[in-house]
Amino acid sequence: MSMRRFRQADWDEPIIFELSREGRMGFAVPSVELEVSDAVGDVEELVPANMIREEEPKLPELSEVQVLRHFIHLSQMNYGVNSGVLYPLGSCTMKYNPVINEVIASHPKITEIHPEQDESTVQGILEIMYQMKLWYLEVTGMDDASLEPAAGAHGEFLGNLIMRAYHATRGELDVRTEIIIPDSAHGTNPASAIMAGFKTVEIPSNGEGTVDLEALKSAVGEHTAGLMLTNPNTLGLFESSIAEIADTVHGAGGLMYYDGANMNAIMGKCRPGDMGFDVVHINLHKTFSTPHGGGGPGSGPVGVKSFLADYLPVPTLELMDGIFRFNYDKPRTIGKIRAYYGNVSPILKAYTYTLSLGGTGLKTVSEISVLNSNYVAQKLKDVRGLSLPYAPNKPRKHEAVLSAAKMAEETGVRALNISKKLLDYGIHAPTTYFPLIVPEALMIEPTETEPQEALDEFIDAVKGISDMAYSKPDDVLSAPRNTVVGRLDEARAAHPKTICLSWRTFCMQSAAE
Amino acid sequence: MSKVHPYLPNSVSDIKEGMMEALNIHSIDDLFSDIPEELRFDGDLNIPGPFTEAEVKALVLGLLEKNWSLSCAPFLGGGVWPHYVPAVVDEIVHRAEFLTSYTPYQPEISQGMLQAAFEYQSLICELVGLEVASASLYDWSSALGEAARMASRLTQRDVVAVPYLISPQRLAVLRAYAEPVVMKVVQVDYDSTTGLIEPEDLKEKVDDKLAAVYVENPSYLGFVEEGVEAIAETAHDAGALFIVGVDPISLGLLKAPGDYDADIVIGEGQPLGNHMNFGGPLLGLFACRNDPKMIRQMPGRIIGLTQTLDGVKKGFVMTLQTREQHIRREKATSNICTNEALCALAGAVYLSLLGPSGLRELCEVVTSRAHYAMRRIGELPNVRAPIFNSYHFKEFTVSFESKAAADVHGELLKGRIHGGKSLVNEFPEFGESALYCVTEMHGKKDIDRLVNALKEALEE
Repeated sequence: MSMRRFRQADWDEPIIFELSREGRMGFAVPSVELEVSDAVGDVEELVPANMIREEEPKLPELSEVQVLRHFIHLSQMNYGVNSGVLYPLGSCTMKYNPVINEVIASHPKITEIHPEQDESTVQGILEIMYQMKLWYLEVTGMDDASLEPAAGAHGEFLGNLIMRAYHATRGELDVRTEIIIPDSAHGTNPASAIMAGFKTVEIPSNGEGTVDLEALKSAVGEHTAGLMLTNPNTLGLFESSIAEIADTVHGAGGLMYYDGANMNAIMGKCRPGDMGFDVVHINLHKTFSTPHGGGGPGSGPVGVKSFLADYLPVPTLELMDGIFRFNYDKPRTIGKIRAYYGNVSPILKAYTYTLSLGGTGLKTVSEISVLNSNYVAQKLKDVRGLSLPYAPNKPRKHEAVLSAAKMAEETGVRALNISKKLLDYGIHAPTTYFPLIVPEALMIEPTETEPQEALDEFIDAVKGISDMAYSKPDDVLSAPRNTVVGRLDEARAAHPKTICLSWRTFCMQSAAE
Repeated sequence: MSKVHPYLPNSVSDIKEGMMEALNIHSIDDLFSDIPEELRFDGDLNIPGPFTEAEVKALVLGLLEKNWSLSCAPFLGGGVWPHYVPAVVDEIVHRAEFLTSYTPYQPEISQGMLQAAFEYQSLICELVGLEVASASLYDWSSALGEAARMASRLTQRDVVAVPYLISPQRLAVLRAYAEPVVMKVVQVDYDSTTGLIEPEDLKEKVDDKLAAVYVENPSYLGFVEEGVEAIAETAHDAGALFIVGVDPISLGLLKAPGDYDADIVIGEGQPLGNHMNFGGPLLGLFACRNDPKMIRQMPGRIIGLTQTLDGVKKGFVMTLQTREQHIRREKATSNICTNEALCALAGAVYLSLLGPSGLRELCEVVTSRAHYAMRRIGELPNVRAPIFNSYHFKEFTVSFESKAAADVHGELLKGRIHGGKSLVNEFPEFGESALYCVTEMHGKKDIDRLVNALKEALEE
């Protein structure tokens, strides 16, 4: 197959402040009614003199069409899963974000609802949130849940706070200070445990890429507060010894935390609640198709087994006599980790998605996502310079991690360079250099929404890059060329002398030059 | 599922079988053979569907119909506010290239989002009067938690002083963030006439354990904390940081916190072009002084301006990533990964549309109408509005002397008017009171209708 002749738009777009011209406006603000201004008088007379803003903020002045074009130009210099070719960013589950979800979530009966409205006026959205919680429990096998966390890491923080509260109630928090985390874990896991006041203990993976049971057994003890694990793990491998892992942790008095970032692999096939996990989070912006918005919003609901339900944040959403209402009366709650009830808009999109698939469809989602990743892994593992480390003959789940270590050694073309060259073909790069236990890692998660043709396009691109690495490596090393910019100077961006985090700083730096 | 699903291109049986053949397997279940049998989930998940798009649309919109239509925007604030969202904002945030992109880990192909995020940071800096802003946190409350922890890391101290009159849920979030690192939250008394921070009480709470003093402008109850210069001085004299929480809309009229010596500014960015969405997603503002020590302790993503390696073009990257969890893991300054990038984009579009005079005009209409409402409500018999004798921006307290706040609220609802948020549980010391909010969404007619309805409710 010949590769796509991709060329990203390059508008050479100025920074918005450079487009400003005095007096222009992009939005007409309503006027104060005469009766109102007569009654109230001059606004400046109302405000205490020391609190008046004397100098206007230096916002840019543009007309509506200029603002619109500027940001449309910027959008055209960006890459989305719905607008691109393939977005195989491992662990991020970049599946198609259905358009109907957006249409429904744009309805004024959700967008214009204030969170403090009387419960009687918002029964519709409460019913949706309640139902979504029940479906979440069905998929995860947990007993109760909170939709409050704004993202996966936020859910991890909450989960750790719940584990903390559990041990505190039992009078063991002073001793149970350690969270055990495998070396293949997402970076958020150790960061979240620390944020919740725990210490982390890292345990190595075994030669099969899964939890080393012996290492785990020697790590657990009276200090163990819990274990954080994702299953399938970040190599895309299922932890088949999960029951024994759970027994080991529980036997030592610790709790089991499930990082659900990889849930897309196992819906309807097995459930964290049945594997022995006590606390779970799922990323709705991954498994349940809600768009990631260039970095957020996400949504990371947390589920627990019944013995931990008392610790969930307030309010909990309950159904009483046919009416949905919030319950704030939870004496053992950990409190709150954000305002209000969660990222409701993504929750609504996840609800719409769930109905579009149904229970049987969600299972098919997982099956096809696993089929797709194994198909890609199978076709790429023997490509020159690449390998599939850790149990190459075991099936992968939602993702597969290839290593380009051999290619790097033989040609100087590293995982990073392969990624950059893929961009030149209009294909987003896989996750690189993660998990840390794979050298020159390329973590590939195609998801179930990609047609075989897109997978083949990706496979051909990687094969072509391998050939190029061994024949004309400079053609790979100089990538990307077809994106709006080539490789960027990251050292300059972080250097104390050149760092520039705002237009304000840029102007000061320019003036000083 | 027997039918081919529109979201699943490889569910066509020929395609699926072809791919299985390539893998040399006979059944999809072969790919799940490593899941121990006793852990496998038998049967189907008890979830209805699949439904067609038209069915889903009818079902979900049918449920949403149960949410009420009100006669005008609710008179509710307190952390989320009804402001108008210009159509251009919605158009931009629905662009698939923005909406359906991930965190810009590959900067060369993600310059659009990176530049927009840099512009957002720049616009926030102009608003708050500081040089550095982050690309976003989850919301105001969690930003407060992060700010307190950052102050603690910077000062190596463990107490944060906050106003007594703070949103109870913001306080709860602060406590949840502070407790694991053994930080103590102390509350500073207020002047019973003005609501403002009691300077003497603050001074009493200052000692060598104080990491930060936090105030809000406008405060949770709507009045403006005008003693900020003295508070800043007290904090700084004690070696503590001064953190200010803001409603960014107010900064078209009110002094920028950077101009009264704030070290860190946080706030709720929702009113900058984001719909209320029943409280989520929100947008946590976070800005600080241009001090390398502070910047290195900031939580979350920051976008920086740089250039291509060949020096030919400008470009943008995520920078100072060594603070972040995906690089530093347990040594990260925060665990945040996914943030609220799209809400920040909305904020950037919104502020670019309004510009300085638009924002100023908006402040004038908002505060004028709020004062008009406050006065008219305050003229009603047995009603006090506001409770405090201070300048209020767009929210104000109303206290009912002759009737329960819940009953008044119930009467208003009968006319599809949503009144303010009851303060009876949050601040029982103010009696039967509520927190009202008026914005540009409430015209004079809406306010007059509210006043008449209140009058009738009180006469009932």
